Amino acid sequence: MLGYLARRIVLAVAVILTVIAALFAMMRAIPGDPVRTALGPRASEAMVETYRIKMGLDQPVIVQIWRFFSTILQGDLGSDAISGVPVARIIMAQLPDTLYLVLGAMVVAVVPGVWLGVLSATKRGSLFDRVTSVLSVSVMAVPSFVIAIYLLLIFAIQLSWFPAIGAGEGLADRLHRLVLPSVALGLAWIGYIARILRASMLEVMGENHIRTARAFGLSERKIMYDYVLRIAILPTITVLGMGIGQMLSGAVFAEIVFGRPGIGKLVYDSIAARNYPIVTGTLLVTTGFFVLVNLIADLLIAFLDPRVRNVVSR
Amino acid sequence: MSSAAKPMAAKPRRARGVLRRLIGDPLGALGLAMIVVTVIAALSAGLLPHDPVKLNPMVRFAAPGADHWLGTDNLGRDLFTRMLYGARIALVISIGATIVSLLVGLLLGVLAGFGPRWLDSILLLVMDAMKSVPTVMLALVLITWTGPSLWAVVLVVVLVNGPTYARIVRTQVLALRNAEFIEAERALGAGFLRVASLHVIPNIIGPLLILAAMDIPIVVGIEAGLSFLGLGVRPPTPSWGTILFDGFSYIRDSVWMVIAGGLPIVITALGFTFLGEALRDTFDPKLAKR
Repeated sequence: MLGYLARRIVLAVAVILTVIAALFAMMRAIPGDPVRTALGPRASEAMVETYRIKMGLDQPVIVQIWRFFSTILQGDLGSDAISGVPVARIIMAQLPDTLYLVLGAMVVAVVPGVWLGVLSATKRGSLFDRVTSVLSVSVMAVPSFVIAIYLLLIFAIQLSWFPAIGAGEGLADRLHRLVLPSVALGLAWIGYIARILRASMLEVMGENHIRTARAFGLSERKIMYDYVLRIAILPTITVLGMGIGQMLSGAVFAEIVFGRPGIGKLVYDSIAARNYPIVTGTLLVTTGFFVLVNLIADLLIAFLDPRVRNVVSR
Repeated sequence: MSSAAKPMAAKPRRARGVLRRLIGDPLGALGLAMIVVTVIAALSAGLLPHDPVKLNPMVRFAAPGADHWLGTDNLGRDLFTRMLYGARIALVISIGATIVSLLVGLLLGVLAGFGPRWLDSILLLVMDAMKSVPTVMLALVLITWTGPSLWAVVLVVVLVNGPTYARIVRTQVLALRNAEFIEAERALGAGFLRVASLHVIPNIIGPLLILAAMDIPIVVGIEAGLSFLGLGVRPPTPSWGTILFDGFSYIRDSVWMVIAGGLPIVITALGFTFLGEALRDTFDPKLAKR
């Protein structure tokens, strides 16, 4: 168990370091002056010179690599080329809004997803099961930004049930405005969760301890919820961990379509302004967050599932 | 030569059998129909009387009618024509980028599977790292540096999907590497290239192609999404993404632009997904767990 824990953490750190290395390599590989690339075309000569020394580009490559890694790992993502405010602070100011959105999407995904997954596993082969299966792959296939635009069109513009833009003021208003973007982001994951849960429930239902429970005459309901679901739910944790990455991607669109603040909106506006430090900073923050969530998900499963626990400790 | 002729003769019969089974599956038939419609749309785009990029300010936001089947957009361009031209971009990009991703995945996977341990470890780490960066963030960083273009979209797709294919190929190669028939072939003096091209790749290409078909909706989504953000296909070239963005900008003036941009994305995405599911069920039920 401890070995697994250590290996998993080392892998996560290695992944982060590789991403930083790739970023460094990419910045070097771009033809032209990295300072000008970083500052954008509107930078003045004086700005370029100061920035060059500040970035340490007059130093040998090995020193540059060391500096690049150490500043990023200290949480220093550079400063905004225009305002001079630290990028990390700008991103952190926008992060909560995006996290609320991702959290909202999770709620939208998990509740119906689990319900549909359990029902289709218990009614395997029925019409309900087949309809759920087709609907699941359908919502998984359609890109979330297309769903976002149609939700906006139908529920905000045509029906006026929800306000079209902004994050809102006060709890009730904020929640109200969170509904459509959360549905846009979470809808596909209803399908993923229903699918994976159905498959894993069917797998668990075939296991020996479930047969034993049946032989003891326990009620079907108790078996399903207390024994099967308890183990079968674990793969959905992995799926949700992976889902965070795609939800962070989808958040860019949801924030633009629904005019919400957040890191997606931030990075989109930064591209228009060619504000590179913010764009690369956002990439690092979202990647770090994603890797961390997946690490937590994997460790959580190792703790919760006696089978994994035993296998990995062997 | 004679050994190559035999499988050639067997192929059409097998292909017909597969087609029959696909059409027998209602979802597979529906998926196939959706794709055929999209392909016909892309092919026939040039036959339409309207110019997809010509401005016509006199008929902005026209409702659908005899002259403009789907109405016109904010600049008076015919939406039906633009939608059909968008199908060309979407299909060419998604299929082209998927082929490149497959080639990259095959190459990296075979290298990782057959190569020395250290190479395998490095490639695995790089693949893991690529999968850890949220797609859109990766695309945004790349494109802020390279500038928006179709090639940038292809590059993003390869970086996103390539590692997935490489991982699958690697697993299969590792499984096959010690198979008896491969060992026999090697004992007879076959080199790495011969074993890879003659034995390993034919063994893994089938399931890989099915996965790739199921990934096409993702690729169509990436192209449309990046074009929506103004980072892929540049206006005035019609892409479903740029049509959708115009539609989004004028969503209070007309619903037809959003329909012309979004509906084909939905149809293509569902088409390839349904077909992929049916293909998978037909060929390899084991793949169902993905």
